[in-house]
Amino acid sequence: MKSAVLVFPGINRERDMARALKLASGNETAMVWHAETALPKGTDLVVVPGGFSYGDYLRCGAIAARAPVMDAVRDFAAKGGLVLGVCNGFQILCESGLLPGVLMRNAGLKFVCRDVHMRIERSDTPFTRGYNAGQVIRVPVAHGEGNYEADEETLKRLEGDGRVLYRYCSAEGEVDEASNFNGAAHSIAGIVNERGNVLGMMPHPENHVEEIMGCTDGRGLFAGLVQHHEKAA
Amino acid sequence: MKARVTVTLKSGILDPQGKAIEGALKSLGVDGVASVRQGKVFDIELAATDKAKAEAALKAAADKLLANTVIENYRVEVLS
Repeated sequence: MKSAVLVFPGINRERDMARALKLASGNETAMVWHAETALPKGTDLVVVPGGFSYGDYLRCGAIAARAPVMDAVRDFAAKGGLVLGVCNGFQILCESGLLPGVLMRNAGLKFVCRDVHMRIERSDTPFTRGYNAGQVIRVPVAHGEGNYEADEETLKRLEGDGRVLYRYCSAEGEVDEASNFNGAAHSIAGIVNERGNVLGMMPHPENHVEEIMGCTDGRGLFAGLVQHHEKAA
Repeated sequence: MKARVTVTLKSGILDPQGKAIEGALKSLGVDGVASVRQGKVFDIELAATDKAKAEAALKAAADKLLANTVIENYRVEVLS
């Protein structure tokens, strides 16, 4: 699986992401500068990593979403290519129109940096096939604007189509108010687009992939993507 | 030509920053504050001299970048 990680000024998780991808796929990851107008030939997966692109000026992800490389990402997604956006990457995908809704200031107004639990809602997607449906994994979050909101109709459609792949929950898998630390609608941690090939999520699976990190729960996501690619190839 | 674009949250959108400011004003003893909603102001200098063209450019700027119309409204004014 050939992956390309987008690099915007102010992004800071791109190397963590490249490392996690290499660990899972065995291949080097291409780093693609935001001013590029094309993705490397043969790219199977585009990742929009986390960080603070353009210092979060204007709105989180707003300026990065209008970068030249995003037109190439839109074309790639329109052809069915897999796109993964994490944290600031999720915000960028929402701002670019590739995903519906918006990530608002955390309901508690505080930047939250700690491990949380999320439940895998289904396992029959490229982004979740490395897990079982209902499985609970521990993942780090580090964001001030992760409170997912969308209008009622959009939320209804997301739920009806099974497009909520990850939800914040307790360690036991209970989706309740106490574990919804940022106030997201329906405790949403990650969603896919209508076609199911573009995922946005706030938690950082790339930071839980090696023993030395204290947890390897994030591995399943990358292993699943590699499996999906191998099966398709 | 000087212009101003004002971006505000749509009604019904939760505004935790506005709520925090409202709380601070109340704790400062500022009388009669019923509620606060916060937003953004962009002061823009335009090369255009035609008012209609200027307004069209400002509208494009707001639609393309300055406002996220999922959650925000905007108003454009040509000031001089």
